[in-house]
Amino acid sequence: MNLEAVKSIYFFEMARTRRTLLQSVVSPVISTSLYFIVFGAAVGSRIQEIEGVSYGAFITPGLIMLTLLTQCIGNGSFGIYFPKFTGTIYEILSSPVSMTEIVLGYVGAAATKGMMIGLIILATASLFVDLSIAHPFVMLLFFVLTAVTFSLFGFIIGIWAKDFEQLNLIPMLVIPPLVFLGGSFYSIDMLPPFWQAVSHFNPVLYLISGFRWSFFEIADVNPIVSFSIIIVFLAVLMTLLTWIFRTGYRLRN
Amino acid sequence: MAPIVSVSNLVKTYASGFQALKDVSLDIEEGEILALLGPNGAGKTTLISIICGIVNPSSGTVRVGGHDVVKDFRETRSMIGLVPQELTTDQFETVWNTVSFSRGLHGRKPNPAHIEKVLKDLSLYDKKDNMLRELSGGMKRRVLIAKALSHEPRVLFLDEPTAGVDVNLRKDMWQVVEKLRETGVTIILTTHYIEEAEEIADRVGVINGGKILLIEDKKDLMKKLGRKELRVDLQEPISSIPETLSSYDLTIEDDGHSLIYDYNTAGERTGITTLLTALAEAGIRLKDISTRQSSLEDIFVELVGARA
Repeated sequence: MNLEAVKSIYFFEMARTRRTLLQSVVSPVISTSLYFIVFGAAVGSRIQEIEGVSYGAFITPGLIMLTLLTQCIGNGSFGIYFPKFTGTIYEILSSPVSMTEIVLGYVGAAATKGMMIGLIILATASLFVDLSIAHPFVMLLFFVLTAVTFSLFGFIIGIWAKDFEQLNLIPMLVIPPLVFLGGSFYSIDMLPPFWQAVSHFNPVLYLISGFRWSFFEIADVNPIVSFSIIIVFLAVLMTLLTWIFRTGYRLRN
Repeated sequence: MAPIVSVSNLVKTYASGFQALKDVSLDIEEGEILALLGPNGAGKTTLISIICGIVNPSSGTVRVGGHDVVKDFRETRSMIGLVPQELTTDQFETVWNTVSFSRGLHGRKPNPAHIEKVLKDLSLYDKKDNMLRELSGGMKRRVLIAKALSHEPRVLFLDEPTAGVDVNLRKDMWQVVEKLRETGVTIILTTHYIEEAEEIADRVGVINGGKILLIEDKKDLMKKLGRKELRVDLQEPISSIPETLSSYDLTIEDDGHSLIYDYNTAGERTGITTLLTALAEAGIRLKDISTRQSSLEDIFVELVGARA
């Protein structure tokens, strides 16, 4: 294992976060605060509690997930796409670094950044609503697994993308609707039966539901099912990545 | 001694169907400077990219220091430094950080003393805290060389190192290459500039259409393929070549003031003595005589033109 290389890539990526602190940290904090003001305070004050949880608290896990998914995919994809775009990828590819080490460096940094911002959002949320975490370890498990899985997803998008439009396609056009329709702001019990059934095809529903369960012990689906779905998605991504490594898809061809 | 780089029957066909390399084989000896000459699209960069691990080969093998570049990539890539053709740099990084990053990528522990030496050797040390975007093109090229040397490689690939740089900087770069050779580093450079190969290479390879046309010691090559030109300046101009000189391959230049005679240095007889005698017998009085060795460029054009 070339640990020096993993460290180099990891810290190189983390250094970029420091350089772009305003865009990386301040921007998501401001947008999440706005969500809390609009949905938590303005709209939420007129909505009754959901299964004994105030509306402001109820939406917190969903908002953290929204940020976590967006950040992890964004960081994971940009981290590998940018060297491809500028041409500096030659250095990574000609170094004695295995693809696993490349992934550890880039995905590790993307997940770290996503989790840092997720925790900042959690801290910001606690300024607006009373929060208690019923199962902190489960919460941490969902948090870390989601961060790693979606950073890996972002990494694959970054390898696949040929231009900035493709790079932004999934993070901008696919993820936000899935998060919004995945029960971030409501329990799917509130939906008509047809849309409840449709919602079960939305993978993000399982993430938010499991994560919310770790806070309030309320869930749209069984937390074990949620956990299993993340593991399945992770396994699918690992398989895809193995194929990419083997063929050199869009990297070594 | 076993070659430091050994390429055997290398073929590369891209997904588009374009065959960039067609059964290429060559050996590179440790400590030499090999210049690979070839026109655009000849396969130079693809060859380097495969040796360095950036591009997968379709078939054939490449060994560096006795190790296979695919199976033992850690060993081979640790030995290689690559300076790419394009000025690809992280614009917002400092010189020091980007060079240190390259060392880390190659699995080497931080060694500020070595980085300092490399930067000083390349006259970059006073720019170590500058961001790359603040540097000139020539300085960026030096940074790329510093990055390639950060992990103390045994083999250095320079892909068109002086493309787009001015004459002074090109000569500076040649000095850098010469200094590197003194440290025992094997250098393979691709270039469009024949002058560059002529100036610094020990051996010259000519590649075109994905095939190596030849690899020769530079001096041998110029001796073997080199033609010389004898220029005879005349006291009185002539309008046509006299009948008695028709057996010589002569051309008239400068409105009849000069005669040009081409001869092959590799030939048994150059024919110069008999020509001069024949000129005297024809009553042609000479003003001056000079010779010119054909350059590597002439040889290159001749080769690529003949075998393409």
